[in-house]
Amino acid sequence: MSELLEQARAWVGRPASPPATARDPVNLPMIRRWCEAMGETNPIYLDEAAARAAGHPGIVAPPAMLDVWAMAPYRPGGRTAEEGMAVLSLFDAAGYTGVVATNVRQDYGRYLRLGEVVTSTPIVADVSDEKRTALGIGHFVTLAYDFTVDGEPVGRMTFRVLKFRPNLAQPHSAEPSAEAKAWPHPRPAITHDNAFFWEGVNQRKLLFQSCEGRLRHPPGPMDPLTGSLDFEIVEASGRGTIHSFVVMHQPRLPGFDYPLPVVLVELEEGVRIVANMIDAAPEAVEIGRAVVADFVEIEPGYLLPAFRFA
Amino acid sequence: MNGLSGKAAIVGIGATEFSKNSGRSELRLAVEAITAALEDAGIDRAEVDGLSTYTMDNNPEIEVFRNIGGRQLKFFSRIHYGGGAACAPVMQAAMAVATGVAEVVVCYRAMNERSQYRFGSGYTPPPVPNAESAHYGYYVPFGLISPASWVAMAARRYMHETGATSEDFGRVSVACRAHAATNPAAWFYQQPITLDDHQASRWIVEPLHLLDCCQESDGAVAIVVTSAARAAKLRQPPAIIRAAAQGAADDQQMMTSYYRSDIARLSEMDLVAEQLYAQAQVRPDDIRTAILYDHFSPFVLPQLEAFGFAGRGQARHFIAREGIGPGGRLPVNTNGGQLGEAYIHGMNGIAEAVRQVRGTSVNQVPGPGHVLVTAGTGVPTSGLILAAE
Repeated sequence: MSELLEQARAWVGRPASPPATARDPVNLPMIRRWCEAMGETNPIYLDEAAARAAGHPGIVAPPAMLDVWAMAPYRPGGRTAEEGMAVLSLFDAAGYTGVVATNVRQDYGRYLRLGEVVTSTPIVADVSDEKRTALGIGHFVTLAYDFTVDGEPVGRMTFRVLKFRPNLAQPHSAEPSAEAKAWPHPRPAITHDNAFFWEGVNQRKLLFQSCEGRLRHPPGPMDPLTGSLDFEIVEASGRGTIHSFVVMHQPRLPGFDYPLPVVLVELEEGVRIVANMIDAAPEAVEIGRAVVADFVEIEPGYLLPAFRFA
Repeated sequence: MNGLSGKAAIVGIGATEFSKNSGRSELRLAVEAITAALEDAGIDRAEVDGLSTYTMDNNPEIEVFRNIGGRQLKFFSRIHYGGGAACAPVMQAAMAVATGVAEVVVCYRAMNERSQYRFGSGYTPPPVPNAESAHYGYYVPFGLISPASWVAMAARRYMHETGATSEDFGRVSVACRAHAATNPAAWFYQQPITLDDHQASRWIVEPLHLLDCCQESDGAVAIVVTSAARAAKLRQPPAIIRAAAQGAADDQQMMTSYYRSDIARLSEMDLVAEQLYAQAQVRPDDIRTAILYDHFSPFVLPQLEAFGFAGRGQARHFIAREGIGPGGRLPVNTNGGQLGEAYIHGMNGIAEAVRQVRGTSVNQVPGPGHVLVTAGTGVPTSGLILAAE
């Protein structure tokens, strides 16, 4: 168990803070505001006659206001040390600065009447193991409140909070340009070394460098065997077999149909190239199948090689 | 054998928590992990005189150095090729220490790879074409845009050549998640999976299911390297660097070595294995446990073959019969790996290897023997063999 958890668990069963006595007795103005905010329209909370007609000695407070009366004062910036709960401060000090209420359950003993002064006593009921949540890593702390009037129990509340290390948002980079947003089909990078290959594709030809009859791909400036910077360019037949393949599911680019087969084809001249298939169901693609090259016009003036089953 | 074996040691390891959203800058993650590693080693921050990381790390050495209160930085280097770099900063640190170029070198990798960017979302080319973007141009226009897709092409061929199935890949994920389940630092702590879970997980790129793919993580790990002589006087039992090597071979490409005669093998890892065994003067039987780079489960199989734990194409039998999970012949990725612990580009695996040497892993593999660590596969790669002496 972590030191933090051990320290926090030592609070279980002990008062989370000293008992708090309401600064104002149960009163009509606060009930009225609460009912307005909550959309509560039951007349027994505001009208003396209605309350009596319902069998009450006079106006009663909405039961769900149980924990309102003795709440700590609202202060911008949070509670003072005296008003806070040491068990929660332990987590703050350890970097678990986030807090979110996750569950509340109230049990009511009886209705509260105007003029009664409520006292609230919170006990630390439970501290959970470390949990990973969407908000961040943290611990659930459960507080059990007893509410009394002049020592008479009038209700109980279980209140659970998550104390967590916030997942702080990362800074975002600037908005992508309009051009990037339009998602043009990805294009090859053209260099002095490979321009012939892509120009050939645009003319519906598969062109490869050849040195002493050995074809090579991808293009490069030097023949690795002889060290020659000279080469011929030869056109391949386009006939070959599937050497390997994948079927893309993720990630997906606009402009492609998924599931998307991508094939590595070994051409009969001995070089291999990667391309897509035309008119081929993904499940029909298999290693060893004969294929023949064709070309697809992606955009006007931009072609890519592709293969069909032979 | 070369001049590096036994000259340097890892004497400190440190890490941040591993998460999906660190809530702080990558630079802060780096300095937190480095501070933790130096405290682990018992070395003052001002003593650091070398730094090494990956080209993909966004934290310049000098920014790290001024933040940790460094004074004189005499050695700094960055290694290219993504996770293939992983063990290479440690190799360069060992070389720097062994030659007296530097005395205390810290290797680090810090990233918000989940919350700020995601390697799996697709390749974006630079504005000016160069040899590297030209390379991606042979794949990206066809929708083959992610590391998973580039690996899947080789994995499919491996299945064809060897008879391996998706379930054989799944056994790797199951083993890693079993280790992660007992590692409180792992993202998937207490969340083991079954082979059925693996088979039922959705396709990312056939033949890869979701559970064949490593996590995306925020976090940082740092490793402190110094001389073996000084290591003997420090507070932690040293993890001696018995061997360290890099490798690129056989018409190597970045993730897409589709033009070598046999695309089902990892020729770059064959080269690393050969060097590591020669330097450390050990054999597969001497390896007690291994951290094998698991960005995608299929590439663990040819790694087992590259290091001679199984014959060519036989790794699936080794996994099924001898075992790579808890209690197996060769427990692999006892921290849970990148499938189970976190994806810190392999640096977290080096830290686990150090714990295995120290005897402090949560899944400690008993007995003597060396510990193997590898870096990213399908790319120019690297590896280490560590031992207590």
